[in-house]
Amino acid sequence: MYKIIKAEFIATGVKSFKIEAPLIAKKREAGQFIMLRVHDRGERIPITIADSNPEEGWIQIIVQSIGKTSMHLNTLETGDALHDLVGPLGRPTHVDNWGTLVCISGGVGTAEALPIASAGRKAGNKVYSIIGARNKDLLIAEKEMSLVTDGVFVSTDDGSYGRKGLVTDVLNDMMKDGLVPNMVVAIGPLPMMAAVSNQTKLLDIPCMVSLNAIMVDGTGMCGACRATVDGKTVFVCVDGPEFDGHKVDFKELGTRQRMYKKQEAESTKCYLERMADEAAKGGN
Amino acid sequence: MTKRTKPTSHNVVPMKARFAIPRQDMPEQNPTKRAGNFLEVNLGLTADQAVIEAQRCIECGNPTCMEGCPVSIKIPDFIQLICNRDFAKAAAKIKEDNSLPAVCGRVCPQETQCEEVCVVGKRFEPVAIGRLERFVADYERLHPEEMSTESVVAESTGKNVAIVGSGPAGLATAADLIKAGHAVTVFEALHEFGGVLVYGIPEFRLPKEILRKEVAALESLGVKFIKNFIVGRTQTVHELLNEEGFDAMFLGLGAGLPRFMNIPGENLNGVYSANEFLTRSNLMRGYEFPDYDTPLYRAEHAITVGGGNTAMDAVRTSKRLGANHATIVYRRSEEEMPARNEEIHHAKDEGVHVMTLINPIEFIGDENGFVKSARCLKMALGEPDDSGRRRPIPIEGSEFEIPADMVVIAVGNGSNPLISQTTPEISTNKWGNVVTDEIGRTSMKGVFAGGDIVTGGATVILAMGAGRAAAEGINEYLKTGEWV
Ligand SMILES: Cc1cc2nc3c(=O)[nH]c(=O)nc-3n(C[C@H](O)[C@H](O)[C@H](O)COP(=O)(O)OP(=O)(O)OC[C@H]3O[C@@H](n4cnc5c(N)ncnc54)[C@H](O)[C@@H]3O)c2cc1C
Ligand SMILES: Cc1cc2nc3c(=O)[nH]c(=O)nc-3n(C[C@H](O)[C@H](O)[C@H](O)COP(=O)(O)OP(=O)(O)OC[C@H]3O[C@@H](n4cnc5c(N)ncnc54)[C@H](O)[C@@H]3O)c2cc1C
Ligand code: SF4
Ligand code: SF4
Ligand code: FES
Repeated sequence: MYKIIKAEFIATGVKSFKIEAPLIAKKREAGQFIMLRVHDRGERIPITIADSNPEEGWIQIIVQSIGKTSMHLNTLETGDALHDLVGPLGRPTHVDNWGTLVCISGGVGTAEALPIASAGRKAGNKVYSIIGARNKDLLIAEKEMSLVTDGVFVSTDDGSYGRKGLVTDVLNDMMKDGLVPNMVVAIGPLPMMAAVSNQTKLLDIPCMVSLNAIMVDGTGMCGACRATVDGKTVFVCVDGPEFDGHKVDFKELGTRQRMYKKQEAESTKCYLERMADEAAKGGN
Repeated sequence: MTKRTKPTSHNVVPMKARFAIPRQDMPEQNPTKRAGNFLEVNLGLTADQAVIEAQRCIECGNPTCMEGCPVSIKIPDFIQLICNRDFAKAAAKIKEDNSLPAVCGRVCPQETQCEEVCVVGKRFEPVAIGRLERFVADYERLHPEEMSTESVVAESTGKNVAIVGSGPAGLATAADLIKAGHAVTVFEALHEFGGVLVYGIPEFRLPKEILRKEVAALESLGVKFIKNFIVGRTQTVHELLNEEGFDAMFLGLGAGLPRFMNIPGENLNGVYSANEFLTRSNLMRGYEFPDYDTPLYRAEHAITVGGGNTAMDAVRTSKRLGANHATIVYRRSEEEMPARNEEIHHAKDEGVHVMTLINPIEFIGDENGFVKSARCLKMALGEPDDSGRRRPIPIEGSEFEIPADMVVIAVGNGSNPLISQTTPEISTNKWGNVVTDEIGRTSMKGVFAGGDIVTGGATVILAMGAGRAAAEGINEYLKTGEWV
C-alpha cells in the first residue's frame, strides 16, 4: 500500500496527490512516470511524476478525472492509500542547453511539463511556458509554472482567461514579438501536440512531444503502447514517452487511443451508477 | 539434489499383470461447457486412479524416467509411496527436488521428458508420471494437516541474496536458498508473483490459486516478497549489491519482449501481441470486465498466429471470450507445431480451427482503424532449417484473405533489455540473452542468472532447473567468496 500524504483539488476535476514513495522520489527524473492501481480489481494506468522530494520521500502526481479509474482515484483523500504503484518508468527527458525553450501544454499536460521546464532552466535555458485550457476553471499549475520559468502565457478556448484562442496562436504571437524558441516541448491532448508539431515543423524548430499511448504493464513486456515514429514501431513506455514530434504518426496514435471507447464508456457508466446507488443508500 | 537409495516396493500387482493395466485417463471438463468458462480443463486423477496408475510402474533398477526429468525427481520413489497410499509422503519426496510440483504436473511437456523415456513406454503407454505428480501435489495442498511441519530451514548464515523476478526460475532459487539458511528477498516488477505462470498461462490450465499458495509457503519459510519493484529502475543492480547489503543476486527475468511480424497493418486496433492479450486476460482478469476494470477486445473471428503453447493459450482464450471462429494460423504443418499435443487436442475439442501452411502478409483495417481481415500466403515445406524442422516456403500467387476482427501475434519473445542497458557489466549475446557459465554465473561478480533470460523462451522445468543450479553456485560463492 502506498500512502497518500496529501490530496487536494487544484482545478475542476483535477486533483494533486503527494504519495509516500521514498525509493521513487530518490530516483526519478523529469519526464518519467509511474503505473498505479487504485484497487485490487483495478486497471494499471500511467501517470507522470510532477514533482518529488527525496528528503521527505514523496512524489506528486496530478490527475484529471476522465473515466472510471481517474474518477475513482480522485475520490481518494489524504490518509488513503493506492493499491499498487511502480516506477520510475520511461526514459528521462533529454535536457540540454538549447538557448530558449518553450514548453507548451494543455490540460493536465501542464503538470507533466512542469518538471521539464524546471530542468530546462537548471540546464541554463531561458524558459517560457504557454498553457492552454478550455476555460479558466480547468487551468492548472500557472503559479507553479511561473516560479520555474521566465514567463507564462495563457490561452483559453472561450477567452475566460488570458488570450482567447489556441496555444499555437500564442506561439505565433511570441514569434511576432521576436521571441524565437530553439526548442519546443509540447505535452497535452493529442490534437494539441499534433498541431504544435505541424506548426514547428513549418518553422523548422525542433519539437519534442510526450505520447500518451494506452499502456498495460509500462515495462516493455506487452507492446500495447506501440506507436509509429519515423516509420518504425516503438514501445512508448520504454522507448519514450518523449519523441520527435515531427516524426510521430499522430493519426495512428489517435486511432489506437480510441480502441476501447465502448468499453470505457460502459465501465464509467457502471461506476457512476454504483456511486449514485451508494450515495442514495448513504442518504437514507 | 539429495541422495537416493532404492525405495521399498509397495506394489501388490505381480510384475506381468502390470502391463495389462490401462493408462488412467484424466477426467476433464466437457469441451462444449469449458469453451465457455475459465475454470480448469483437467480435473485430476482420483485417489483410486492414482494408485492404479502407480501400479503400472515396473520399478526399474535403472529408472530412465529420472534422466528425462530436468530436475531428476525421484520418480520411482514417489510412485511407490502412492502405491502405499502415502500421498503426503509422496509429495514430500517430490519436493526434495521440485518446489512447484502442482505447476509442473500440469504444464510440463511430460511426453518429451520423463514419460518419453519411461521403460514401460517402449512397448505400452508410459506411466503417467505428470498426472501422478499433479495428483500428489494437489493432495498436499488440500491436506495441509498431513504434511510434516518439521522445519527444513538450515541455521542462518547471515548472508543476503536478492532474487530478481518471481517466475519459476526465481521461485526455485528462492526455495533452495532459504533452506540453505540465507536471507532471501524476491523483487518482482509486476503486482503479482509468478512470472509467466500468472500473466501468461491461463487460469483454465493453471489456476492462480495454486501459485498464491506456493508463494505463501515460501513466505512462511521466511522468503521476503517485494512487488512493484523494477530492478534497474526502482533501484539498480549496483545499489542492491553495494548499498542495500545483498551479498549475491540471481536474475530470473524471463523472456518478456514480444516479437511482432513487421508486416503492414500490425498496429491496427484489435491486433495484440500474445503477451498483451494474455496479460489483459490473466493478470488483469479482463475476461471479467467490467467487474474488473481492464478492457479486453471480444471478437467474432479471432485469429492467432503461431503454433506454440502461447498460441494455444491465446486462441483458447479468444474462444472463451466468445469468438465463434477462433483460428490458429501456422506457417508450417501440424507436425512441426511446438505446442504440446495435449494443448492442440484440447483446443480442437473446444472448437478451435487449425489452419496450417499459411502465413499472414498483411492485416487490413476498416474505416475506423480496426482490423477486419488478414491477407495470407499459402506455404509449402522445404528442406529442414537450423531448428531441424522443415522450412516453410511461400507459394507464389497463392494469396487469399480471411476475416479477422481480432489478431493475436504469438510468434515468440525476445529478452527485455532493461537490465543489460542499466548494467553493462552483465554480458549478453546477440539475441540479448544474459550469458552465464554452467552454474549460472554472469560476467559480473556475485550476479547469477537463469531461466528464459539465459536460454530464450523455454520451459517451466528448465527454468526451475537453472534456478536450482544457480542456487548451488550461490551457496558455494557465499561460502568461499571465490569467483574465478
Ligand atoms: C506516459 C503517460 C503519462 C500520463 N500522465 C498523466 C498525468 O500526469 N495526469 C493525468 O491525469 N493523466 C495522465 N495520463 C493519462 C492517463 O493515464 C489516462 O487519463 C488514464 O489512464 C485514463 O483512465 P480512466 O479509466 O480514467 O479513463 P478511461 O475512460 O478508461 O479512458 C479515457 C482515455 O484515457 C486513455 N487511457 C485509458 N486507459 C489507459 C491506459 N491504461 N493507459 C494510458 N491511457 C489510457 C485513452 O485515451 C482513453 O480513451 C498519462 C498517460 C501516459 C501514457
Ligand atoms: C503463454 C505461455 C504459455 C506457456 N506454456 C508453457 C507450458 O505449458 N509448459 C512449459 O513448460 N512452459 C510453458 N511456457 C514457457 C514458460 O512459462 C517459461 O519458460 C518460464 O515461465 C520461464 O521462467 P522464468 O522464471 O525464466 O521467467 P518468467 O516466468 O518470464 O518470469 C520472469 C519474471 O521476472 C520479472 N522481471 C523481469 N524483469 C524484472 C526486473 N527488472 N525487476 C523485477 N522483476 C523483473 C517479470 O515481471 C516476471 O514476473 C509458456 C510460456 C508462455 C508465455
Ligand atoms: S517435473 Fe516435469 S519432467 Fe520432471 S517428473 Fe515432473 S512432469 Fe516429469
Ligand atoms: S522408467 Fe517408467 S516404469 Fe521405470 S521406474 Fe520410471 S516410471 Fe517406473
Ligand atoms: S505498456 Fe506494455 S510494453 Fe509498453
